[in-house]
Amino acid sequence: MTADTTTPRKTPVGPGAGGVTARPPRRRPASPARRSGWTPWLYLLPALVLLGGLLVYPIYQLGLISFLEYTQAQVSGGEPTTFQGFGNYATLFGDSQFWQVLLATVVFAAACVVATLVTGCALAVLLTRIRAVPRLALMLAALGAWATPAITGSTVWVFLFDPDFGPVNKVLGLGDFSWTYGRWSAFALVLLEVLWCSFPFVMVTVYAGIRAIPTEVLEAASLDGASQWRIWRSVMAPMLRPILIVVTIQSVIWDFKVFTQIYVMTNGGGIAGQNLVLNVYAYQKAFASSQYSLGSAIGVVMLVILLAVTLVYLRLVRRQGEEL
Amino acid sequence: MKLSARIAAPAAALVLAGLTATACAPQTSDTSSEGDKKTGTLRVWLFQEVGNKPKQKVVDAAVAAFEKSHEGAEVEVEYIPVDTRAQRIKAAFNDPKSAPDLIEYGNTDTAGYVKDGGLADISKEFAAWDEAKDTDPTAKQSVTVDGSVYGAPLFVGVRALYYRTDVLDELGIEPPKSQAELISTAKKIHKEKPDLYGLAVGGAYTYGAMPFIWAQGGELAEETGVTYRSAINSAKARKGIEAYTSLFGDDNCPAAKCAAMGGNATVTAFASGKAAMAIGGDFSHAAVEAGAVKGKYAVVPLPGVKEGSIAPAFAGGNNIGVLKSSSHRTLAVDLMKSLTGKKTQAEMFDAMGFLPTYTDVLESAAEKEPFVGPFVNTLGAGAKFVPASPAWGQIDASLVLPTMFQEIVSGRKDVAAASDDAAKKMDTAFAEAG
Repeated sequence: MTADTTTPRKTPVGPGAGGVTARPPRRRPASPARRSGWTPWLYLLPALVLLGGLLVYPIYQLGLISFLEYTQAQVSGGEPTTFQGFGNYATLFGDSQFWQVLLATVVFAAACVVATLVTGCALAVLLTRIRAVPRLALMLAALGAWATPAITGSTVWVFLFDPDFGPVNKVLGLGDFSWTYGRWSAFALVLLEVLWCSFPFVMVTVYAGIRAIPTEVLEAASLDGASQWRIWRSVMAPMLRPILIVVTIQSVIWDFKVFTQIYVMTNGGGIAGQNLVLNVYAYQKAFASSQYSLGSAIGVVMLVILLAVTLVYLRLVRRQGEEL
Repeated sequence: MKLSARIAAPAAALVLAGLTATACAPQTSDTSSEGDKKTGTLRVWLFQEVGNKPKQKVVDAAVAAFEKSHEGAEVEVEYIPVDTRAQRIKAAFNDPKSAPDLIEYGNTDTAGYVKDGGLADISKEFAAWDEAKDTDPTAKQSVTVDGSVYGAPLFVGVRALYYRTDVLDELGIEPPKSQAELISTAKKIHKEKPDLYGLAVGGAYTYGAMPFIWAQGGELAEETGVTYRSAINSAKARKGIEAYTSLFGDDNCPAAKCAAMGGNATVTAFASGKAAMAIGGDFSHAAVEAGAVKGKYAVVPLPGVKEGSIAPAFAGGNNIGVLKSSSHRTLAVDLMKSLTGKKTQAEMFDAMGFLPTYTDVLESAAEKEPFVGPFVNTLGAGAKFVPASPAWGQIDASLVLPTMFQEIVSGRKDVAAASDDAAKKMDTAFAEAG
C-alpha cells in the first residue's frame, strides 16, 4: 500500500475508540509521480547484498556442481573436474528408485501437512474454549514438543516404540511387533513424530490469530446459532486466511524436506531403502557415497519442486482475491 | 538522489564483479606435496578406540623412540573419533594445508583413498623394508592397488563363531562343523529355547554374510583385467546368499528384528545373552567379555561347506598411510615403519588384542594368548578381501549388499532377482570408477 491510497487507518481499540475518526491523509508535497528510480534500490541494497551472498551464490554453486562430474576424487584433486551437461540429471531421471522416492516423499509430505494443519487448528480452537489451567498445560506440552531438538525427539520415539524394551508395545499389548519393519508402519511412526514436533507451530500461530479476531464477530455468530464447525468454516477460517497461508507454506516446505526423523528413526532409510525420502536420498548420494554432483542435481530438483508448489499455491490464493 | 545513484551503481557493479570472480568453478585442491623436509613437526591421525589408553601408551613409546633417532623431528598424535573419520579424512584431502602427514584408515577404504589422490605410493620403501617380508599376504593385498603399495598394515581383524558353551551343553549339541550343521544347529536351539536367537544374523551385516558366499565358492566380483565385474549373482554366490538368508525367520532370527541389524547389533545380542551363537571378530572380544555371557562362551572358526573345513573370512583391519600432501615424506615413511613395525604390533597386541599382520608375530601372539587361536586358524585357512577397486567404497556406502539381503529376508524379492539387481548396481559403480 502506498501513501496515495486514502484508506483511513484504524487505530487500536481503546477507551472511546468508536468516536475516533481517521486523520486526514497526509499528502506528499509536489510532484509525487516522477522520482528517481534508484531510491528504492538503494534502500534494498543491504538486503540484496546479503541475499546475494547467502542465497543466490550457494544456489548458483549448487546448480553449477549439478552439471559437473564432481566426486571426492575431483574435490581432493585426484582427477580433473569435467563438464557433464545434463548427465547427472539423466542418471537421476533414469533411476527408477528416484521416482519411487519422489512419489513416497510427495505422499508422505502431503499426509504430514494435512495431519499437522488439522491437529494444529483443532487444538488452537480448543485452546480458546478451555479454562486457564488446562490451557496452560496444553501450551506447555506443545512448547515442550516444539523445543525438543529433532534428533532427540526421534531417538526417544524410537525407544518408546522399540519392539523389545519400548513401553508403547507393552501398553498396547503388541508383543514384539517391530514398527520399523513394515513400510507403512514405519512411515506411520515417523508421521506421528513429525506431527508431534510440528503441530505446536501451527497451533500457536493460529491461536494468536484467533485471539486477534474481534470477539463481537464470534459472539454474533454464536448468537445466530452457528455450530462450532460453522463458526470455524464461515468466520474464523476466512479471517485467518493470511495466517493459514503462511503456516501451510511453512509446513509444505518443512515436511517436504524432512530429514532427521527418517534418518534416525528408520536407520538411514529403512529396510532395503523402503522409507527413503528425497532429502535422505540426496544425503546418501551426496555425502555417504561422495557423489556430490548427483546430490546437487537432486537438490536442484527439490528446489524447483518446492518453488513450483509454493508459486502455484500463491497463485490459487491470489485468484481468490487475497493480497499477501 | 543523485548522490545515491552515484553510490549505488558502482556498488552493484562491485557486487556483481565479486560474484563472477569467485564463482568460476567449485573448489579443487592441490594435494601434491611441496618438498621433503627433514625436520619439523609430523602430524598423525589415529582412530580413537573404545578404551584408548593402552593404545595411546604403545603409540607414545613408538613415537618417543622415533623422535630419539630422528633429530629435529617432532610428532603430534591426534586421536579422531571412528564415527566421523570419513568426514575428517575427506576434509584432510580437501585441505592439504591442515592435513596430517600420516593417517590410520580402514583397509576397505584403500582403493577409494588412492583414487581420491590422498595417499602416497610407497612401493619402493615398502619393498626395501626388511620387516615387510613377513607381512601376511592378505594384509599386504589390503594396502595394494594396481600393484602399488599405499601404506603399511597395522592390524588385521577376522571374524569367527562365538557360541554359548552352557546352552550347547544343556541341549547336548556339539559346536557345528559344517555350514549345513551350523544352520540346523541354530534352528534347533531356537526351537528348544525360543527366547534365544539360534545364530544372531543381521541383514546389514555384510562382513558376517560374506563367508557364506565365499564358502560356497562364490565371489563378490571378478577381475576382468581393466576393472571388476560383479559375480554376486553367479550360481555359487546365490547358494551362499540362500544359506545366509535362510537364517532369517521365525525358526531362528525373526526377520522383523534381524533384517535391520548390523554387525554390532548381533554381537550385542550375543553379549547380552539374547543369542546362542554369533559371528564376531577378535576385536569383539572385549565387548563380549564385558557382557552377561562372560565365562560361558567359546570361539571356533566359522565352518565351511565341507565337514571340518573353515569358511574363508573377511580380512578386515586398519592400515597406516602417508598422505600425498605431506611435506616430510621421508620422515613420515620412517614414522609409519616404526608405528607398524613388528615391535609396535607385538606391543599393540598385548595392549589392545589387535592381531598382528606379520606371520611370525602372529604365531607368537597365538602361543601367548590361546583366545586368539581360532582367529589365527581362520586367517591361516585363507582369508579374503573385498575387490581392490575405488568403487568398493561407494558400493559399501550405498548399501548395495545390505539392500539385497534385506529385500530377500523381507520377502520382497527372491534370491535371483535381488542378486541380479545388486550385480547391476555393482557393475555401474565399477564402470564409473573405471
